[in-house]
Amino acid sequence: MPELNYLIFLGCVIPYRISSYEISTRKVLDKLGVELVEMPEFNCCGFPLDPINHDMMLTLAAQNLCLAEQQNLNIMTLCNGCFGTLNHVNKELKEDKKLREKVNVYLKEIGMEFEGTTKVKHLIHVLAENIGVERIKDAVQNPLNPLRVAQHSGCHIIRPAKYVGSDDPENPTVLKKLINVTGAECLNYLDEMECCGAPIIGVNEKLPLQLAREKLDHIRAVGAQALITVCPFCHMMYDLNQPRIEKTFNEKFGIPVLHYTQLLGLAMGFSPEELAFKQLRVNASEIVTK
Amino acid sequence: MSENKETQEKESGQKMVLKASDIDPKFKYEISKIPGSEKVMLCFQCGTCTADCPIARFDDFYRPRKLIRMAQLGLKDKLLSDDVIWLCSTCFTCIDHCPQDVGIASIVRALRNLSVKERDMPVAYKELASNIRKTGYAYIISGMRLKKRESEGLPSLPKADLKNIAKLFGTTGLSKMLEKVET
Ligand code: SF4
Ligand code: SF4
Repeated sequence: MPELNYLIFLGCVIPYRISSYEISTRKVLDKLGVELVEMPEFNCCGFPLDPINHDMMLTLAAQNLCLAEQQNLNIMTLCNGCFGTLNHVNKELKEDKKLREKVNVYLKEIGMEFEGTTKVKHLIHVLAENIGVERIKDAVQNPLNPLRVAQHSGCHIIRPAKYVGSDDPENPTVLKKLINVTGAECLNYLDEMECCGAPIIGVNEKLPLQLAREKLDHIRAVGAQALITVCPFCHMMYDLNQPRIEKTFNEKFGIPVLHYTQLLGLAMGFSPEELAFKQLRVNASEIVTK
Repeated sequence: MSENKETQEKESGQKMVLKASDIDPKFKYEISKIPGSEKVMLCFQCGTCTADCPIARFDDFYRPRKLIRMAQLGLKDKLLSDDVIWLCSTCFTCIDHCPQDVGIASIVRALRNLSVKERDMPVAYKELASNIRKTGYAYIISGMRLKKRESEGLPSLPKADLKNIAKLFGTTGLSKMLEKVET
């Protein structure tokens, strides 16, 4: 397998409504010399079905893994939910023979078999581990200092540690380092590891909005000019839903929320237009025209 | 500290009156056979999961420790009919912090799966499942979106093999569950 060649797994939310993440990611990775191959066929990673039928989640995830095996490529996801699901299932099926046999019975129905020859990575693993901070540093033409931002890594790329294992779940630093390479300063704030709440927004609106409000409050308290995310669900909670949060709690935040690839793209010399800044709900022009 | 006290008060405020007929003594064995829930009996009720759960911090009724205790006691019907089991946001903090490696989030998932099997599912999940069955994607991606991708210079979206998806919905039993709920 060539090292910087991945099967890009977009998931459902990004093509549904967060294409700014996809646009900026493709631009940035292309310039960094990563070759992305499209999935030959797609179905949902399975995450939304786990609560109703665990076997179906396992099988849908495994089917996607099989597609990657057939292409002889590793998967790269942009969504934390997709990463958490595909990575967890991939590892479980590799380790647990009984479970693998069970899932392979389902897969046989559609002429597939899980073999365990692929790996699953999230975008930030590709950036931090495969491209590497040094190479990214070389690509930065327009350091973003004195911009001060806060990170939100989200849950499924840090927990459960047993299956993710590439960062410290109590003090995640992978995204922080990637932010610092752009020249922007990544500030510490209270409860950085806290969940955005998005997975339950379909059954309860109030709780996720409360969680998101608290996060915006904490990052405002340290004076961050923007929040940086690496997951379309998290982004939706803080960007798309920010006006709703402001209305619900009668509070003004106005905190821009950027995909990490938009931040990096700026530092690499792309224009805000090229990085689809226009699609952001919360206006980010103030931090762009510094 | 004060938050802790508040939590305790809230929990003790929800006293439950139990009858012997509420209890299914075999339930914990049933649960412990489900993958990911094998360690349900190892919970010693320390409360770490509840203390660290972001949902428990904002919701007056969602308490992971209590859910596990109810499972151990065999309060099957109470658990499976309680809407709070749908509030876990799968942040997995409890999985990392539990000293007994109980795997609370997986047990909550098992409770949800059982509840769907024996009762029904929240309409939001029904919608997601039916979207996936129809298109392979959890959300319906409109023709306008697809056109916009073109104008944005993005490659066309990969399609699902819907025949395969239908087969999987059949063999995993999900089709039946959706139909049961739809009627
Ligand atoms: S943290 Fe683990 S042992 Fe403690 S109450 Fe929760 S499930 Fe039980
Ligand atoms: S995974 Fe669920 S129960 Fe566990 S801490 Fe997160 S929200 Fe609470």
